[in-house]
Amino acid sequence: MKVEVIREKCQGHNRCFVVAPELFELDDEGYAFASGDGIVPPGMEEKARLAAENCPELAIVVTEDVPVASSQ
Amino acid sequence: MTTEPEIKYGNNMPWRPNTEPVEDWTKDYDIFDSGYIKDPFPVWDELREECPVAHSERWGGSWMPTRYEDLFKIAQDIQHYSSRNVLVVNFEENPDIEVDPVIAENATAGAPPITSDPPIHTWSRALLLPKFSIKAVNAYEDETRELCNELIDGFMKEGRADVAADYAQQIPPRVIASMLGIPKEETGEFSGWVQGFLEFGLTNADIRSTSAIQIFSYLMDLIQKRQQEPGDDLVSYLINAKVEGAPYPVPTPHVLGTCFLLLVAGIDTTWSSIGSAFWHLAQNPQDRKYLLENPDKIQTAIEEFLRAYSPVTMAREVTEDYEYKGCPMKENDKVLMNFPAANRDPAKFEDPDQVKLDRRVNPHIAFGAGIHRCAGSNLARMEMRVAIQEWLKRIPDFRLEDPEAVTWAGGQVRGPRQCAVVWDA
Repeated sequence: MKVEVIREKCQGHNRCFVVAPELFELDDEGYAFASGDGIVPPGMEEKARLAAENCPELAIVVTEDVPVASSQ
Repeated sequence: MTTEPEIKYGNNMPWRPNTEPVEDWTKDYDIFDSGYIKDPFPVWDELREECPVAHSERWGGSWMPTRYEDLFKIAQDIQHYSSRNVLVVNFEENPDIEVDPVIAENATAGAPPITSDPPIHTWSRALLLPKFSIKAVNAYEDETRELCNELIDGFMKEGRADVAADYAQQIPPRVIASMLGIPKEETGEFSGWVQGFLEFGLTNADIRSTSAIQIFSYLMDLIQKRQQEPGDDLVSYLINAKVEGAPYPVPTPHVLGTCFLLLVAGIDTTWSSIGSAFWHLAQNPQDRKYLLENPDKIQTAIEEFLRAYSPVTMAREVTEDYEYKGCPMKENDKVLMNFPAANRDPAKFEDPDQVKLDRRVNPHIAFGAGIHRCAGSNLARMEMRVAIQEWLKRIPDFRLEDPEAVTWAGGQVRGPRQCAVVWDA
């Protein structure tokens, strides 16, 4: 699974960061981006979905099936 | 007891106030109706069903969407909906109210970025946001905790307090003061000024003007002091800030407008949110118990209080004649951004009228949506969280003294103004 924040949609509500600080980071102005390459570690899938569902701007894209080890 | 001020808008406004009881909410809603302010929820349900973008001629005329999808769309559409005037009622300046020339010369930039459209909005917001990040506002957490405990010390033994006036109302002005580098003792008048501007001033133009002048005068004086002697505070930061896209130095009218915004937008909004949360907790022992037993769930609970008791309705102005879902909106028409109604929309939220402190999916727009998302949202959340945590530690059990005696303000910002609670001291 992979998460991605669409920069043009993010308005800095910071909901994703509060729900899943392991998966998201914030820049100095509070806009969010996915940590690292956005690959969700095993066991964190539910948090990733929850972050997306709580984003009022619909700025988070969760890709359920990401080819394994493609980026390793 | 607060008394209703006389309705006053200036003699040249093209409309006259109508305070007749409302017969048909879909065509003639009245955001200042006292029954509506106290309990707007059935009206929103009716409007969402029957007339999701309603219109009323009252108070100068406005459109009012109540469905989440419409609020969301309009908030994103900055091309058709300007933020140049975000107050829910317009008025005319009273020429007899004297204004100091320095104020007249500098109070010219509105309250950026809330009243700005791009391109000014873009740099104006970039200027402010770093000071309101989670990390930045958490620097004020310890002193907020201390402040809450001092307030509780003041009434703990009495077994009674007005949780709106003696507690909620006292917190935001002092935190803002700390950010502006002002001594706490100087904040005594802040709440009154802001209430004059955003509450009593909504229906009385003279109170609105006088309150605005008081705020501008105080802040202009502060800015001049900081220009002479900069410190480690938000005003000094704004005066000296170098931000991409922004003029350097930021013009004084802009600094003044932004400081005005911090005061006006940061006080009775948060105080209302804290007050509503306590009004709820006073009546729901199971929710107090839940928070005491699950301290790690406080942030989820705060989001639910924000959703269920969203305080703020902003306004937009239509930029050109434009039809929205069959509504013939005209240039300069006012649109009331009823975010509180959106957050009770059953099409978006399951059981919207039930307050579920453990609600997992809660993409509420209490802080708005789009480019005008409340810049102070993290500060508001921190203040709410700390206010609830510290109170519950010391007063875990409390109830409303008299549910009928609770008074509510509304129109632009909804929340309890008198809310006495009692406990076993």
